[in-house]
Amino acid sequence: MQVLYGRHHVRVFRFGIRLVRDEQVAEDLISEVFLDVWRQAGKFEGRSAVSTWLLAITRFKALSALRRRKDVELDDEAANAIEDGSDDPEVTAQKKDTSQALRKCLGALSPEHREIVDLVYYHEKSVEEVAEIVGIPENTVKTRLFYARKKLAELLKAAGVERGWP
Amino acid sequence: MMAMKKILEQEPSEIEVLLPWLAAGTLNARDAKRVEEALARDPALAKQYAVIREEYTETIGLNESLGAPSAHAMAKLFAAIDAEPARAPSMSRNISARISGFFASLSPRTLAWSASLGALALLLQAGVIGAVLVKSQQPASFQTASLSMDEPITRSLGPEAPRVLVRFAPDARVADITALLDSYQAAIIEARGGMFRLQFGARAMSKDEIAALMNRLKSEKIVNLAVAAP
Repeated sequence: MQVLYGRHHVRVFRFGIRLVRDEQVAEDLISEVFLDVWRQAGKFEGRSAVSTWLLAITRFKALSALRRRKDVELDDEAANAIEDGSDDPEVTAQKKDTSQALRKCLGALSPEHREIVDLVYYHEKSVEEVAEIVGIPENTVKTRLFYARKKLAELLKAAGVERGWP
Repeated sequence: MMAMKKILEQEPSEIEVLLPWLAAGTLNARDAKRVEEALARDPALAKQYAVIREEYTETIGLNESLGAPSAHAMAKLFAAIDAEPARAPSMSRNISARISGFFASLSPRTLAWSASLGALALLLQAGVIGAVLVKSQQPASFQTASLSMDEPITRSLGPEAPRVLVRFAPDARVADITALLDSYQAAIIEARGGMFRLQFGARAMSKDEIAALMNRLKSEKIVNLAVAAP
C-alpha cells in the first residue's frame, strides 16, 4: 500500500484539488480514496491501469464532497476566478500575460470541463480511459473536451486574450 | 432549417476532436497518423493545434503548481488502515496479483520507456562513478541509486538549479537522450508516465538564462514538450 500511495498520491491530490478547490478537502479525499482501495482491493479487475481506477474513485469522492457544498458557493467561486478587473492596473498587466490568463481561465472552467481537460492533458488519459473514469461514451468524451476548449477560448476572449481560435 | 444548419456548422470534425490526444501523445498509432496527415495539409487545423499545445503546456504547469499533500494525509490514511478489522489474506494477495498483472500488461511503449530508463540509469551511474574517480578532490554531492520512480537520480546537483518537465519524442533513442542530458549537464530527477523532471547544472540561473535554456530545449528535435517546473 505504501508503494501504491507513494506512486500515485500526488496526482490523486492534484486531481482532487482541481475538482473540489479546497486543499483540506483534497487531503481528506486522498485518505478516503486509498482507504477505499485498501477495502475494495478485491474489486480491482486489472482491465485498466491502476491510475485510471484511482482517478475514477477520486472523482466519485470529489463529486460527493461537492454535493455537500452549496451550488451557489461554487458558482460564485467560478465567477470570481474570471472577474473582470479592468480598473485594476495590476490585473490589466496580467491580461497581457497569455500564460497567466490561460491558467486563470483553466481554473474558471466548470468542474465538468476542468476534469476532462486535466484527465487528457495532465493525467495523460486516452479517450477510452477518460470514458471509463467519467462514465460517459467515448464520442461524448471527444466532444466534451472540444466544447471545454471552446469555453476556454470564450473566457480568454473576455479576459482580453485573442488566440486566433475558434 | 437555419438553426439545424448552424448546429451542423458548429459540430467539430472527427479529426479536430482528436487533436488534444495527439498533443498529449496518447493517440493510438492509426489515429495519430490520420491526424498528422490532416495537420500537414490543413493550415487552419495546424493553427488550432498550436493553440492546443499552449493549453496542454499551461494545464501541466497549473497542475504542477498545486504542490503535494502534507504528511498528515498519509499518517491519517495509515492510522485508518491500522484501525481496520483484520482482513482475509486472500484479499491482499488478490490486489498484489492484479497490480502485478497490470505491470505485466503495460503497453509496449511504456515498457520501452521503462527499458530506456533502466539503460539511462546505468549510463548515469557509470557517469557518476567515472566522475567520482576523476574528480574526487572536488567538493561534490553524488547520489547513486537503482532505478526507482520515487528516488532521485542525481549527479553533483545544487539545490537551486533549474528544473524542467520534459516529454521526449516517442521515437527518441536512448543514445539521443543521453547525448542531450550530457550536452545540457542535466540529470533525471523523476519520471512519471511519459514525463521526465530534469535538473540542469548545479547552480541557480538568472531569468534570462532560464528563458534561453527553455528556448534551446524546445528547439531540440527529440523534445516534444518542455515546461519549467519547481
